[in-house]
Amino acid sequence: MSTNAIAVPVSRGLSLGYYAQIFGKETKYEFVRMLRTRAFSLAVIGFPVMFYLLFGTSNRHNMFARYLIPSYSCMGVVSACLFGIGVSIAFDRAQGWLEVKQASPMPRLAYLFAKIIGCAAFALLIVAALVALGLTLGGVTLTAGEGLKLAGVILAGSVPFTAMGLLVALLVPPNAGPGVINLIYLPMCFASGFWMPIDYLPHWLRIMAPALPTYHLAQIALHIFGFAQAGSMLLHWEALAGFTLLMTGAAWFIFTRSEAKA
Amino acid sequence: MSATAVIPLTGPAAWPVPLSETRTVARLHSVTKRYGDVTALDNFSLELRAGEVVALLGPNGAGKTTAVRLLLGLIAPNSGSVRVLGRDPRDADARTRIGAMLQVSRVPEMLRVREHIDLFRSYYPSPLPAAEVIRVAKLDGITEQMFGKLSGGQKQRTLFALALCGNPDLIFLDEPTVGMDIESRRAMWDEVRALSAAGKTVLLTTHYLEEADMLANRIVVINKGKLLCEGTPAEIKHRVSGRRIRCITQLDPEFLQALPSVSDVQQDREAVVILAEQPEKVVREMLLRDETLHGLEVSAAALEDAFLALTQEQPVAGSQ
Repeated sequence: MSTNAIAVPVSRGLSLGYYAQIFGKETKYEFVRMLRTRAFSLAVIGFPVMFYLLFGTSNRHNMFARYLIPSYSCMGVVSACLFGIGVSIAFDRAQGWLEVKQASPMPRLAYLFAKIIGCAAFALLIVAALVALGLTLGGVTLTAGEGLKLAGVILAGSVPFTAMGLLVALLVPPNAGPGVINLIYLPMCFASGFWMPIDYLPHWLRIMAPALPTYHLAQIALHIFGFAQAGSMLLHWEALAGFTLLMTGAAWFIFTRSEAKA
Repeated sequence: MSATAVIPLTGPAAWPVPLSETRTVARLHSVTKRYGDVTALDNFSLELRAGEVVALLGPNGAGKTTAVRLLLGLIAPNSGSVRVLGRDPRDADARTRIGAMLQVSRVPEMLRVREHIDLFRSYYPSPLPAAEVIRVAKLDGITEQMFGKLSGGQKQRTLFALALCGNPDLIFLDEPTVGMDIESRRAMWDEVRALSAAGKTVLLTTHYLEEADMLANRIVVINKGKLLCEGTPAEIKHRVSGRRIRCITQLDPEFLQALPSVSDVQQDREAVVILAEQPEKVVREMLLRDETLHGLEVSAAALEDAFLALTQEQPVAGSQ
């Protein structure tokens, strides 16, 4: 219809290096931003560390000092993902910042990738801090293998909770975000044995625990240190994988529906 | 348009760019966009031609931001088509040559200005050098500051800088001077003029009439999602072809409204402001009937009056 509309050639197939540097910078600045946002970094790293200083060191030389390293690591990764992804994406969406980024040629995946890697990096910092505290103040002995395995499990654990964070970001209005996340997160921590072995919990909670993704993550992490309940680890991995699919699917469904409405 | 005008396209920097039809770089074609029951844009069309500065002018809620978001591919229309640089704006490739300054309530505050610019430059295959971005957006001296520590005007300038990072040919500025003091607003105007002088195509939305008048080659007036009129600033002013009479009088506004050629009567504190096609006749009649009339001024209609007249009365077919 129009004769004067012009098609402008744009070099297609931009190089791999171009994408690599976008992902690199996006991740770097996301991590820097998280570190500098003290409300986030102090809370997410501070709580497990403070709890360990209180309860880990007071149980010096008994099994609890050892138990609390994997369990607080789980708490760290869950809070990093829920707050880091859930709250920050909800704010970016509500305040128009996400639109500014979407109006630029930034690949959408770079944005998500940076958030996920940022949270995973925080989770690893927490593991490192807890292991260091355990070895020094907690009087715990653990092998390098155990430490590495724990780091690996925590990294893997960031996947399902990232997916959950995404869903929260899409569902919860940003100002209510921190409150809603605490409402989900604190009971889950308690009921999954993050704070004390699950056998010490009331019977009805123990029955319900397998419904929580955090329980399965805790069991896998505790297994490395020999504290897991009897049962197959495979089942716990499967539960986490299923939970990831459920969360991602729901987030995807809601996102595409809101895109279609936009 | 004139078919005889032969425009030598010597390059993107050809200046001045004639206002006659040149290359269309972006267009909304009879676009309708609804949000639930609210119709934000109603069968609205808009064309941007290479090198022009177009002001989309209208009150709050007129549909200006919706038009920009459609052109950026952030939303899709319910009907009609959107083309930018010859493609669908939802195509990420189109975005490498577009810059956008949008209304944002908060930007990540814990990154420095320099870091924001560094990040946005990385998104584009051939970005402007950082030093150039900083110079054009007048950010010298504050590049090491955290975004959260900046003043309102500095924040807007930083957002403007982000729009420039990719050295775009087409720039969208959504209410660029909102919340700025007069000095920063004038500085922003200079920056928009510099873009225009460099041959960029600019679409800016504003509800500051003065701003549209100062910057645009073409003004598109929009209200309630509908196009009211478009033309050069002079043409828009001419739409209300009359002049503006201001005086203090005891005459009844209803009587004034009934005088020949009067199109609008407004009370402005103690004075009355009348828009009339034939001000001489009106003034003569008023002076005859009111001996106390004083403080008389007759001036050309300002864009403001034109705008008020246009947005208040929906266009009436065949009004004198």
